[in-house]
Amino acid sequence: MSRFTTQHEDFRNLQRRLLYLRTGLLFCLLLLSARLWYLQVVKGPYYRELAEQNRVRTVDLKPARGLIFDRHGELLANNVPSFNLYLTVEDIRDREGLAAALEELIGLPRAETKKRLVQQAKSYVPILLKSGLTLREAALLEGRRLDLTGLRVQAESQRNYVQGPVGSHLLGYVGEVSPEQQEERDFAGLIQGSIVGKAGVEKTYDRMLRGKPGEKTIEVDARGNERKTVSVVEQTPGDDLYLSLNLRLQRLAESLLGAESGAIVALDPRNGDVLVMASSPAYDPNVLSRGLTPVLWEQIASDTRHPLTNRALQGQYPPGSTFKIMVASAALESDKWSADTKVRCAGAFPSGKHMFKDWKKGGHGVMDLYHAIVQSCDVYFYNVGQRLGIDTIAETARLFGLGQPTGIDLPSERVGVVPSTEWKQRVRKEPWYVGETISASIGQGYITVTPLQMAVAIGAISNGGTLHRPRLVRAVRERATGRLQEFPSVERGPVPLQEDTFHFLQDALREVVLHGTGGRARSQSISIAGKTGTAQTVGARASQLSTDEEAIPKQFRDHAWFVAYAPAEEPQIAVAVLVENTGHGGTYAAPIAKALIEEYMKDSDVDDRHQIAGQL
Amino acid sequence: MIDTRSPDSFEWRFVLVVLGILALGVISIYSVSPSPMSKGQTPLYAKQLAWILIGLVAFLAAVAIDYHSLARHAYVLYGLTLILLVLVLVMGRSSRGAQRWFAVGPLTFQPSEVAKLVLILVLSKYFADVQRAGWIQRVIVPGLITLPGLLLILKQPDLGTAMSFTFIFVSMALVGGLHAKALGLGVLFTSMLFPFAWELIWTSLHDYQRDRILTFWDPMTDPAGKGYHALQSRIAIGSGGLLGKGLVEATQSRLKFLPEGHTDFIFAVFAEQWGFIGVFVLFLLFAALIFLASEIASKAKDPLGLLLAAGILSMVGFCLMVNVGMTMGIFPIVGIPLPLMSYGGTTTVTSMAALGLLLNVKRRRLTLFY
Repeated sequence: MSRFTTQHEDFRNLQRRLLYLRTGLLFCLLLLSARLWYLQVVKGPYYRELAEQNRVRTVDLKPARGLIFDRHGELLANNVPSFNLYLTVEDIRDREGLAAALEELIGLPRAETKKRLVQQAKSYVPILLKSGLTLREAALLEGRRLDLTGLRVQAESQRNYVQGPVGSHLLGYVGEVSPEQQEERDFAGLIQGSIVGKAGVEKTYDRMLRGKPGEKTIEVDARGNERKTVSVVEQTPGDDLYLSLNLRLQRLAESLLGAESGAIVALDPRNGDVLVMASSPAYDPNVLSRGLTPVLWEQIASDTRHPLTNRALQGQYPPGSTFKIMVASAALESDKWSADTKVRCAGAFPSGKHMFKDWKKGGHGVMDLYHAIVQSCDVYFYNVGQRLGIDTIAETARLFGLGQPTGIDLPSERVGVVPSTEWKQRVRKEPWYVGETISASIGQGYITVTPLQMAVAIGAISNGGTLHRPRLVRAVRERATGRLQEFPSVERGPVPLQEDTFHFLQDALREVVLHGTGGRARSQSISIAGKTGTAQTVGARASQLSTDEEAIPKQFRDHAWFVAYAPAEEPQIAVAVLVENTGHGGTYAAPIAKALIEEYMKDSDVDDRHQIAGQL
Repeated sequence: MIDTRSPDSFEWRFVLVVLGILALGVISIYSVSPSPMSKGQTPLYAKQLAWILIGLVAFLAAVAIDYHSLARHAYVLYGLTLILLVLVLVMGRSSRGAQRWFAVGPLTFQPSEVAKLVLILVLSKYFADVQRAGWIQRVIVPGLITLPGLLLILKQPDLGTAMSFTFIFVSMALVGGLHAKALGLGVLFTSMLFPFAWELIWTSLHDYQRDRILTFWDPMTDPAGKGYHALQSRIAIGSGGLLGKGLVEATQSRLKFLPEGHTDFIFAVFAEQWGFIGVFVLFLLFAALIFLASEIASKAKDPLGLLLAAGILSMVGFCLMVNVGMTMGIFPIVGIPLPLMSYGGTTTVTSMAALGLLLNVKRRRLTLFY
């Protein structure tokens, strides 16, 4: 009996202690429930956010830039497909392996990849690692995508300049928006990696050309593979631009410049349309737009011939004898001088201790204003300048738009210098010397102009005094509406000179080509009027070094100028030609202007407006 | 002797709870099976269903064979198990730095899982047979019985199973008569020894085990590397919220951000899909299982039955707590599967056999006064 009791007692003890176990386990389950409540209900939204970040990737859809056409609808810039390689840092599993594979597959240096990985702060925003992959490279990468997590090859549009380097300066080029650019008002709010215009029309009209980026949200798995599209906001392509440029003429202008440095601008004097804007040497905007390497950039930027400079509006040159047009205008408007005032040119003009020479040894003999222009007599203009004074000359020059921006729709226009006594005091902190007036009256010394300014000025002479703002873009076609919106031609106002003055100048300029220094611009088919100019490059006249131009070292030779318009009776084209370091304007610049004008007048009866309308 | 009585309502409840948990496990495994499968490959959930069928056979066998006859051979079975544990160290298949499996054709078999069940059997037999007087009988001898198995499992190494082993020993010793005071002293003694033993333990751990313990304290120190499991598991559970995301929207599981979603982290998968409400139901099922098991234990006809049931209860309970605790980040990540839910042949079959044994204890209790 006692044994049974002990056994029974023992069994009761076992049962009691079993209760501890059960209670303990159920208590643990309760604790786990509490933890579960904390994770799922209290911190639920937080973890849900983390889960979304795991799952969702945003891909920017880059819009295709607007197309650019010339005035006849010839395509200048379009877009071609390009394979770009993107990397999402968050999805990378094996950094070393990735860097090694990229070096092996597409030749991207390991160090470069690692540098980019470190730079990227937001780990789930894809970075553009390399653009313009070849089809082969893209295929190689796609084949390895399972072990190279985080990589994505995306087909995007790449800017393409159909004409290569033709018109490169006015078209400009594109590139990724830089941090400095993002601070500018026009480029504010753009996402990192956006493609924007860096120069030329691409930059000025970037707002229209760039379009609106879209956004695609995709779901990825743990390996970064795209599983499905969550949402898409389609990108809107940019608006198309119709330039006033005449591609055929532009190409001719560039070939006429050839290997020489220089610029040619041709405008329509009736409305300011830019028909030609050539600058030499040029560059290939395709190269600059396709992920420029630092080495290549250094090479271009340090080129002593400055291929990136648009000489047409950034090159500032002494106008040389082309400036005599402005001095003559000042003389005609002044009561201190008249067209009939005669001066005897003996080949030199003494002023103080200095002797100013005429370009023609022995001089031109007795000259009046008309013949002084035709023969480009320096001594005559020395006299005019000395009589009128620098401030009168400067005032007249400004009436033609010199020393001021032309207002063309291109970035970084330079304005040159129209010196005056006030200018010298302000800028140089020195008084004006009379000798400087003598230099200025033949367009030498401090005075500088751009070829574009001279083209606008000669255009104003040809049309009887209307100064146009050069117009490079005639119309834009909005992608969204298909509407063609034309940009009106803008007049900057009349040049307030007497009508007789224009007639006098027009007659004289016609005579320059017929019987004067511009003889090489004389055409059998078109009546051309113009003025030669030869701008000194160094303090002394280059011709003093040698009488034979060919014998002078290239960098000491003069810049050749020729400004012209045609037809003389009813002008349709105004041209400014500048060829650096060649010699006389009559020899080197005038034939270029002639060739260009003849080519232009061949098809001038085509109504360009219908051409644009035909594009709709 | 085969018991042919038809099951009563208690037994039906027990079976339904077990089947319920098994079903939830299969659904969760199904949800993380890749689709479509590559050709000729059997999907995991189908394999698991097959394991459950085998498990049912084991379950019924465990119900049918009288546990007394099993207990009679307990020491022999334990001896055989120890031999298996030695063999697996010699000729087992190793994976991820651990040698735990036997490969039999396409199947793998993990002897340490079976060892847990045999340990329960042998300790029950021991505690039922002896007087359980004095601490030598209560602790030292059963400790010596446990030790060889424990050391062999640590050698593999299989930290999770070793911990289960230890816990089974401690809880059975506790039920078997160890005074709470003595247990307290033991815990105190162990914790005093711990700083000295720590160096030894720490250096004997594999690198991945150390990393798991380190990242347990702060998974954010290396979210993409060693803390990845812990963090992704927490994200999966937390993002499930109150109501869960459903099978399709549970992105952590479906898109494989959560690794081992079908095995050790199946609880996180379930929690992401079904939310707090769903897990609450699951916890109710497990609570019911614990309750029913302890009912069986306390109503067993003899100490052997009671101890056997208590051992099984502590084994299942421990795995449940540690597995759920580790997915929720309140326990370091050790490889312990969730009983009845995690994918795996040995664990499923052993768990079901253990529960069958539990029911066996229940069905013999009425014979007490025959």
